[in-house]
Amino acid sequence: MSKPEDLEKGSKLPQPTAWKSNEMLKRVKGRYRSEGRFKAMGFAAICAAIIALVLLVGSIFLTGIAGFSQTYVKLDIYFDPAVLEEIQTSSGEDLENAFISANYAKLTQDSLRKLFPEVKSRREVFRLFQFVSPGSRTQLQNIVREDPGVIGKTQSLWILAADDVDMFVKGKISRNVAQSDRKVSDLQIGWIDSLSADGRLVKRFNWRFFSSGDSREPELAGIWGATVGSFYTLLVTLIVAFPIGVLAAIYLEEFAPQNKITDIIEVNINNLAAVPSIVFGLLGLAIFLNVFQFPRSAPVVGGLTLALMTLPTIIIAARAAIKAVPPSIRDAATGLGASPNQVVFHHVLPLSMPGIMTGTIIGMAQALGETAPLLMIGMVAFVVDIPQGIFDASTALPVQIFLWADSPERAFVEKTSAAIIVLLAFLVTMNGLAIWLRQKFERRW
Amino acid sequence: MNTYIVLLILLALSVLNFTLGKKRVLAAVNGDMAGLHSLPNHYGWFAVIFSLTPSLFILFIWMVSHGHIIDTILIEKIKATYGALSDFEINVHLSDIRNLANNDAVSVAISPELREAADYYDKLRVNSFWAAALLAFGIMLGASAYIAKLITPTLRARNHIEQAVRFVLVASSTIAILTTIGIVLSLLFETMLFLQHVAIDDFLFGLKWSPQTALRADQVGSSGSFGALPLFAGTLFITFIALLVAGPIGLLSAIYMTEFASDRIRTIAKPVLEILAGVPTVVYGFFAALVVAPAIRDFGTYVGLDVASESALAAGLVMGIMIIPFISSLSDDAITAVPQSMRDGSLALGSTKTETMLKVLLPAALPGVVSAFLLATSRAVGETMIVVMAAGMAANLTANPLDAVTTVTVQIVALLTGDQEFDSAKTLSAFALGLALFIITLCLNVVALYVVRKYREEYE
Repeated sequence: MSKPEDLEKGSKLPQPTAWKSNEMLKRVKGRYRSEGRFKAMGFAAICAAIIALVLLVGSIFLTGIAGFSQTYVKLDIYFDPAVLEEIQTSSGEDLENAFISANYAKLTQDSLRKLFPEVKSRREVFRLFQFVSPGSRTQLQNIVREDPGVIGKTQSLWILAADDVDMFVKGKISRNVAQSDRKVSDLQIGWIDSLSADGRLVKRFNWRFFSSGDSREPELAGIWGATVGSFYTLLVTLIVAFPIGVLAAIYLEEFAPQNKITDIIEVNINNLAAVPSIVFGLLGLAIFLNVFQFPRSAPVVGGLTLALMTLPTIIIAARAAIKAVPPSIRDAATGLGASPNQVVFHHVLPLSMPGIMTGTIIGMAQALGETAPLLMIGMVAFVVDIPQGIFDASTALPVQIFLWADSPERAFVEKTSAAIIVLLAFLVTMNGLAIWLRQKFERRW
Repeated sequence: MNTYIVLLILLALSVLNFTLGKKRVLAAVNGDMAGLHSLPNHYGWFAVIFSLTPSLFILFIWMVSHGHIIDTILIEKIKATYGALSDFEINVHLSDIRNLANNDAVSVAISPELREAADYYDKLRVNSFWAAALLAFGIMLGASAYIAKLITPTLRARNHIEQAVRFVLVASSTIAILTTIGIVLSLLFETMLFLQHVAIDDFLFGLKWSPQTALRADQVGSSGSFGALPLFAGTLFITFIALLVAGPIGLLSAIYMTEFASDRIRTIAKPVLEILAGVPTVVYGFFAALVVAPAIRDFGTYVGLDVASESALAAGLVMGIMIIPFISSLSDDAITAVPQSMRDGSLALGSTKTETMLKVLLPAALPGVVSAFLLATSRAVGETMIVVMAAGMAANLTANPLDAVTTVTVQIVALLTGDQEFDSAKTLSAFALGLALFIITLCLNVVALYVVRKYREEYE
């Protein structure tokens, strides 16, 4: 850099920059400082992303872990012959009715009253009876059904506690809050304390969460129904999207002539990949439900809708995999007399299968997490039963999460988080499988 | 006897056809394969493809159409029995008849006419099924007989099969086009119906959104108002907040990852971004509703601000987190795609990495970065679950991020979940909103893809 005074002296040649001058050193320092600043900003951005992820996963894990356990209360149930009289006296179809209609609630109620004989007023007794979950009736029914011989005997049983009790035991309802601000009254806290002092309260792993369908009672609600619904939905998606996607990719990559129509198809597929998922839901609603009159809320409709949505993902992945097979393979096969179809189906397709499978699994993982299109086609119904096939009304895992997140009961918060943990576990497994497939079978040519 | 059994029988017949076709042609040349035009299996497949396809086609036609046809016949019958009825009443009758025939719960007392209609419905259903099944079997057998005559050693079976395969390939690749056409047509059709109720400028520029229409004409507030401007404004507002979050973070992390990060940081940061991209949106929505929205509200109360419990800020913030990986991975691609020579040239002239990035690489990668932002915008505009769970339902026209706003997608979900009657303006408006959403995102995508394509050509 030349300095003005040099020019004044009349020298023609610009002087070399005085790198050691204070001015230049300062400048270089400044440039490095801004380098440092910029680097720090980039690092901060990465940290922000990491913090967001940690917060997201951490908060869900912290709330969700409690959803995998459930509080049980030990009650001495006297299978009162007076209450279960009909079961003993009837037979055949009447017996079945007697099993169903017997007043099992009375058994737990009697047992609770025996534990707390001091509770007298109607309101307090009512509160006391709400200590156990309505699901206890089914539990007792099953016991009596299995062995009617228990009638007249007393058994010590672990009975499912109601959701409020469960929340209190888990510390989700604080006893330091004023009574009017919490769902558990001081009286109930007294009962809980005395029961846990007797060792009659215990938290156990919540198997029911993995084996039952949805319920209005948080302590009875499970994800098995939604999981099966998701399974059927994904099954339909896979059966429809995989062959169509792979065949389309084969055509576009191997056979399509270079012309306008092929161009349009390609642009169209790229655009379809970026259409919002809810628009696919509207398509499913308008075409599959209103035109084809498929049943609402059924996995078959959800699967078809998601198939249209995942199709671009699979096509794009399959094209990339097919493209990666070197031309020499094709030339060799052709040279040995294979027809174009034989070249593709005997050689190119098997070699590109790992890549195609990877893309398909990733597409399926996307479809598994997708909620919005399923809302459109009515898979938000409250379904208690486990779906038996692709035409039964059902919901899906992410939709179940959405439904529970909307429920007012406090106990559904941890159930929602627990369901999310399960969903994330599925997604991690699927993506892990995709990565494993890629690493194990991918060939570099 | 149901459709599955018919399918099973057809499949069994196909297996038979396969073996017969193969045997027949081998017998014709006395087992000497050199006398055949194609491989023996090709003849088998030839027999299967050309006998199974037409019969499956018939079954498919029946499956798709019989419901409609039977409904039409029943509606005629209902009209003949009960006289003039509204569409709604006809539908109630129709579902009663169906439910009675299926032994499900019926909304009215079972009258003899209803019983008769249900029996009639059942008869139609059974008869149409048998007609279709018999037709399918007939075609299968007829085709098999014809094919048996065709199969000779000189038949070019492989070529025929390859023709059929080619047809299937073309058909598969047109599914994508058909999907687009299906989306456009169904949205357009319902929107047309909607525009018969509401003028288009009222919809696009109206300021009041309250789609609740009364069931009866004499109720108060029977005509809803469908001014969608607050929805568009709300959508753009939340998208804007999201981009404000995701833009700098996404771009800066892409820059840091490509040029500055050590391998150790990269091995941590890359999976983090991939996981963020893989988390289902319903999980983000739950996170927004459970953690972010209450935190913002509590903070607001702490500093003395009035914050809505479903503030635009909470939804925008979480949506921003969701689109970080989009922006970062697309920008990352754009920056790495800049030729190494430009990077080397700049560094050789003595510029620092930052200067190289800001003055050489970013300007060169700008089209790619712009398209990343456009695609992220399109993703945010169409995002549903986060806003459904964390943004409000009230259509406020506001620029205060602490207020609740609603978005196009929230309203679509609200209008179409739960009970709905089909032809009401309320339901149809969801499709009009869907069409608007589709057009907006399509434009963003097309522009983004165009920019990227243009830019790729420059360096390749």
